[in-house]
This record gives sequence, structure tokens and C-alpha cells, in this order.
Amino acid sequence: MADLRIDLAGIKSPNPFWLASAPPTNSGYQVQRAFEAGWGGAVWKTLGDPILNVSSRFAAVSFNGQRVAGFNNIELITDRPLEVNLQEIYETKKRFPHHAIIASLMVEPKQEKWHEIVKRVEDVGVDGLELNFGCPHGMAERGMGSASGQVPELVEKQTYWVKEAAKTPVIVKLTPNITDITVTAEAATRGGADAVSMINTINSLAGVDLDTWNTVPHVAGKGAHGGYCGPAVKPIALNMVAECARNPLINVPISGIGGISNWQDAAEFILMGATGVQVCTAAMHHGFSIVEDMIDGLNNYLDDKGIASVMDLVGRSVSRYSNWGDLDLNYKIVAEINNDVCINCNKCHIACEDTSHQCIDLFTEDGRPMLKVREEDCVGCNLCSIVCPVDGAITMVERKSSVPPMTWNERQALISSLAK
Amino acid sequence: MVPIQENPMALQLRRNFVELTSKMTKNEAMEEANRCLYCYDAPCIKACPTSIQIPNFIKKIASGNMKGSATTILEANPIGASCARVCPTEELCEGACVLNSSTKPIKIGELQRYATDWAMETNAQLFKQGQSNGQKVAIIGAGPAGLSAARELSRLGYTVTIYEAESKAGGLGSYGIVSFRLPNEVVDWEVEQIEKLGVEIKTNTTVGVDISTDEILEQYNSIILAVGMGAVPNLGIEGEELDGVHDAIEFVRNTKMGPLTKEIVGKRVAVIGAGNTAIDGATCAVRLGADNVQILYRRTQKEMTAYKFEYEFAKQDGVEFKWLTAPKKIIGNELGKVVGIECVKMKLGEAGADGRQRPKEVEGSNFIIEVDTVIKAIGQTRFVSLIEAFGLQHTNGVVDIDETTMQTSNDKVFACGDVVFGNGQGEAMVVTAVQQGKDAAYKIHERLTSFSKVSIVPKV
Repeated sequence: MADLRIDLAGIKSPNPFWLASAPPTNSGYQVQRAFEAGWGGAVWKTLGDPILNVSSRFAAVSFNGQRVAGFNNIELITDRPLEVNLQEIYETKKRFPHHAIIASLMVEPKQEKWHEIVKRVEDVGVDGLELNFGCPHGMAERGMGSASGQVPELVEKQTYWVKEAAKTPVIVKLTPNITDITVTAEAATRGGADAVSMINTINSLAGVDLDTWNTVPHVAGKGAHGGYCGPAVKPIALNMVAECARNPLINVPISGIGGISNWQDAAEFILMGATGVQVCTAAMHHGFSIVEDMIDGLNNYLDDKGIASVMDLVGRSVSRYSNWGDLDLNYKIVAEINNDVCINCNKCHIACEDTSHQCIDLFTEDGRPMLKVREEDCVGCNLCSIVCPVDGAITMVERKSSVPPMTWNERQALISSLAK
Repeated sequence: MVPIQENPMALQLRRNFVELTSKMTKNEAMEEANRCLYCYDAPCIKACPTSIQIPNFIKKIASGNMKGSATTILEANPIGASCARVCPTEELCEGACVLNSSTKPIKIGELQRYATDWAMETNAQLFKQGQSNGQKVAIIGAGPAGLSAARELSRLGYTVTIYEAESKAGGLGSYGIVSFRLPNEVVDWEVEQIEKLGVEIKTNTTVGVDISTDEILEQYNSIILAVGMGAVPNLGIEGEELDGVHDAIEFVRNTKMGPLTKEIVGKRVAVIGAGNTAIDGATCAVRLGADNVQILYRRTQKEMTAYKFEYEFAKQDGVEFKWLTAPKKIIGNELGKVVGIECVKMKLGEAGADGRQRPKEVEGSNFIIEVDTVIKAIGQTRFVSLIEAFGLQHTNGVVDIDETTMQTSNDKVFACGDVVFGNGQGEAMVVTAVQQGKDAAYKIHERLTSFSKVSIVPKV
């Protein structure tokens, strides 16, 4: 049994699975149910001035019949009074003293506003604070959320104000709606953030109704952009986590968020530098009980790998993430097709023929349909193995290169040294 | 018209003949459609005698393009709604599905039904009559082959008249395939679609009786003979005239027309033969309330011609199979009613010309089975006199054709469907007949346009 406890910038929790600040963490009732189900922590739905909401609020994207491949929302921060939330945080913390409760905060970009709310939430016993600089809709139009999070100076200044007052660790939650997330992550670090979390949702419009021509979702026939999350955003989030993790100027822990649906996704984020993860869409799709397999699967994975603590897994793949200029131009892999496993759907053939390098031949041998890769023309793009529906039919295999490794950067350096 | 108070027995019998499988729900269809791999050069297409672009019609279901899906199917197969129900899919498209090698094949037949049911429910007009080219074609027989040929010819601009001896068009679909597999409404709709293209169907019109073959030959530029096959031949044994002896084709046909008979209720039934028609006769007898139904076959399970799924279906219906059993005599009582059938045990001997072992009687093994009803299902007779009235060459009633042109010995007369099946010329399936009908239509058009280079594939 591996040790799943984490310590993220001083915030301790029994496992790395936290519920993200979102509809699932709107009340004490919900958070307590989540802790009973096994969640290690919860970032309480963002506190701020009680505000109004609209109906409807959510939409999801299905892909080939798979529901909730992506999820979109136009819901705002908590619509419950601060006093009620503080009371419930206090009660929940009392019942679950060893679980992490983090208060997500969003106020106007004014020093006194931040000082006031920090004091009030810390008084009820939260384990940490998360500054919501990411919410892309509604709040942004009032100068909060991603409107702050897109301006590095505002991120730095507000983090600094919070740190002036805070006694508990401060996590700054970043918006992906920016060209380079490391810029705001660095700003947060300069402001004194103890950790950063990412990503918040991505600006999105889930769809258009082809019969009514309304947006999806719509509010009385009008729509506005929402925030996108769920499985579809995972690769975007993973890259942003990895970019921050490998940036030496962002030397604080990362809480990974974005499309994490199971222990495998979580392990990938942890390998790429996240100390823990936050989940929302998967819980909204399936309920709190999904954490059971997250915990179980991660534990079994760590046991299989002989790793005693999940903290030992953090960042193990970061050094493998680099720049294109550092990749070996002489490395060569090719596709190999096992015709005994192949079911002859010919998807690899047509994918290569129509959209890649025309190197998979389709022919008949002894009356049996066969597929074969012409290795000399194969560029090792992986496409055939991606579209292949059968495990083990196509393997990408390494071919020894006749020349030593050389990266683009090394090549350019060599060229300029020869020029001298 | 359904009586206001149908008696319970009649109601039960009627329920026994309601279509067995229900249509997929939208969720089921979507889930199944999304499972299709959309193979390139897909083997299911090659396995379909009418070459339906199966991955395309399935993709269209998944994308919500139901009109496109139904059009893709019916473009290739004018009888696509019937075929969705009666094709031996596990021997055709589904049998060829690559997923047989990994998980389980796509339910292509059920998806085809889902799409064609959409067309039936919305009654969308998917095809148009072509601009008249002034040519007239007569088609003899409004079965799958004839209807298929008619639709394609009409789209190509021909004026088409179908002569049908029965009171309704549809052929096998209307009269020969059990209702619980193929309800009449499906065939009626398919016929209606073809009539909407301007095809005239003259029912109750027997060629050679109501109109002479000479008149037909004279009045039309081309003729397609698509008459199918006739009644079950005599067994050639004593007692065939007794009350209680039925022709399987006739027996099934009666279940598709008008009220169901109550005469079979509680009866013991023997079916002679083990082809698909025998299975139909046997399962109809079960559904008409028979107490016991036995199929008597002079060979073994290995040699029987019924599809495996038909055999399994009959067993599930409680039909008993008596292998290596041949009828010798049907026994009647003083009122001329069947009371039993005398049989003899058989054993398999030398292989015959068709490769199947010939059965031989075991001497002295005669025995009697007590039955009230005997259903004959030992094949079908052929319309030899009609074929000869047209002056066409034939081999044992199977019209001789040039395989590439589909022309008979009279180059104005083309032939397709059951009338050319048999004698090793192909396997008798509805879907094959449909393709032959299409081919005959294209051959006629090819002949006409051979000098004008007109495209032979009609536009939607």
C-alpha cells in the first residue's frame, strides 16, 4: 500500500485528489459527501460578493456518441452569502480535520478587499487559499477572474496583497486564456504565491442548435462565451502544467487541473510536475464515487512500480519535456504491421495513403488480404498506429540510425562553428 | 378490419404473426453506428450482392443524416427495407465485418432497418422518374427482381409495365416470407415507392392467359422475365389429395392474407423437406397453434439447405427434426382426412452430382407417424409453359441466359431472379434477385445507349 498523502506547499491531504472549485463544492453538504466518498481535499466554490446567476448554465460536447467529451459552463461564483459559506466551511473542517479545505477567493482588485476576505476565511479554519484569476465569464466583465489573470502585473500585485494578510498557503489559479501561461505563473511567483494551480476553463461556445440557431447553452435566446473543461482539454492543461514545471523561475508546487477523469490522467499530471490534482467534470458526470478507483488505481500503479509514496512520482517526467530544437533529428522509428492480429479494416492504409506518406501497401497474398509498410518511405509519424482499432496490430519500432544523434540546436551550432 | 371484440384465440394467433424483432431505439442505433470502424475498401460492401455502401449509410445514421442514410441503402437496393429483415446477414455483410475478428460484428441488418424505417415513417420521396426516352419495357413478375428492374428502368426514363398474376405486387415478399419476419406493410411501401416513379403494375394479370406472350413481345421494346417459381411439386406418393395436405408456399401465403386459420390449433403437423420454406411452413404451423410440428428430411442436418439461423429459430419455436426419414404414403381416414404418414428410414450412400450424399431406403424400416396435417416443402415448380410460350431456351425450367448481357435466347427478352437461379447459376436470395433485377435494367439500357455513351448509372 503506497503512501498517497501529499503536501502541497504545506497543505496536507490524505490523497492527491481534490475537488476543484466548481459546482460540486458549492456547499457543506456536498463537500462532506465528497470527503465521505474519499476525496482528499476540496477547493470551496469561489467566495465573493453574493451574486446572481442565469438559467441555463451548462452544455457538453459529445463525440461519436461519447457524452461529455468536453464540458462548458456559464455559471458564476457562489451565489450564497459569505456568512453561510463560512459557517459551513467551519463545520466541515471540524468534521474532517485531516482533509484539505481550500477557499477559492475572488474580489475586486483592491488591497483592502483582499485583506478583508483573507482574514474572514482564515478565521474559520481553511487550510489554504486559492485566488481565482481564471474564471473567464461574467466576473471578468467586472474586472475580476481572468480579466485579472491575463495581466501579469495584476496577478503579481494581488498575490502580493493576499500574502500581506495570509497566514495559510496561497495558491494562484491561472487562466489558460493567454498566449503563454508561464508569464502569469512567473508573475504569481514574484508576488509570493506558495503554489500555482492550472488550468481554469478555456473560453468556449459549446455549440449552435441547428434547428433554432440558438447558442448552446442559451439564456432566453441569447448566449455568451463560457468556460470549457472536461476530457477534451486534458492535453492543453497537461502542456501548461509541464511548461510551468520545467520553468526554473516558477519554483513553486503545481496543483494540476484540466480534464482529469481517472487515476491514469492524474498520474500523468503528477509525472509532469503536479503535486496533486483537482477534478470537476468527471465528478459532475459520474458522482463523487469515482474517486474510489482513482485512489485504488493510483495505489496499485505505485505498488507495481515499487514507489513508496506518491510524492516520489511528482515531476519524474519533467526533464523529458523539452524544446523541439533539442530533439534528435536522426532518431528513426517505423510502423510494423502484424498481419496475424490485423483485422483488415484498412484504416491505416487509407490514412497513410490520403493524409500521410503513402507507404502502406494493400495487397492479396494466397487469397488473404495483407498490409505492409514500405519502411524506406515511412517517416514514423504514428498515424497508422493511432487509427488502428486493434491492440498489437501496428507497432512503432525503432530502427538503428547509421548516424549519431544530432539535434537542430546542435546542427545549427555546428554549422555556425564551421562558418567561422 | 379488426372486429371490435376479437375472440382470444384469434387475437393470440394474430399476435403470433407480429414482427418478431423490434426496431432499434435511437440510442441503440447511435451506439451501434458509432461502433462501425468505417473501414476502407470494406468487406461488408463486397459481401453484399447489391453492394450497398454500408459504412457510408452507417456513418450517416451516426451523423443524423437519416435521409442520406436511407438513400444510400435504397439507391443500391430498391428492396432495402425488406432485405434489412430477410437477408441472411451473418452469411453476407455481418459475416464479413472485420469486427468478427476482434469484438463482435456490427448489426448491419438492424441498422439498415432503422434507416429504411425512417424512410417509411417519413414517406420521403427519395428517387425521381427519369425523363422519358420513349422506350417501353414489360416486366413479367412483380417480385424483388422485377420491382428492382422496374425502379432502375423508370429512373432511366423507360415506360415500365409490370404484369403480375397475383392480386398484389411484392412476390415472395408479399406471399412467401412469413409475416413475423417481414410484415406486409414493408413490402407494400416498397411497391408504392416504385409505383410513385410511374411504373404501372397490372395485377391479376397472368401472361399467357390474360395477355398473350406474342402481344407482349410485340408491344414492348424489351421484356424482362422475372416470374420466380411456382407451387411445391407433388411428392409422388399415395394420399397427396387428402384433406389436411398442404403446399408449404400456399400454407405460408394464407397466413399473409386475410384472417388466420384456426384449423391448425391443436393439430399434429409433419413438414416434408428441410429448406427455408420448410422452416417457414413449420414455424407458421407452430404459430397457428399446432400441438406438435415435426420436420421430416430424408438426409441429415449437414445436407439441409435451410440457413443456420432459420434452423436455430425453428428449434427455438419447438419444431422437432427427424433426419433420414422419407415419406412413403399419407394415410387418410374414411372421411378423407389425414390421420398419419408412413415413413421409411434412410441411410446416406454415394455422393451425387451435387456433392451431397444420396439417401437410400433402409429396407423394412417402415413406420407410421400419427399426424393430422402434412405440409409439403420439397422445392418449387417452375413456370415451364410460360418460358416455352416465350420460346426461350431453358434447362429443366431454368431459363438460359448470357451471363454478361442477361439476354435469353431471344435477345429482346432478359431474365432475372428465381427464373434463372438453380442448375448451379447462383443462390436464391432476395438480395441476389434484386441485384439481378438492377443488372437486367442496366443491360437493357446499355444495349440502348451503346452508341450514345450515356451514363448507365441513374442519378438520384
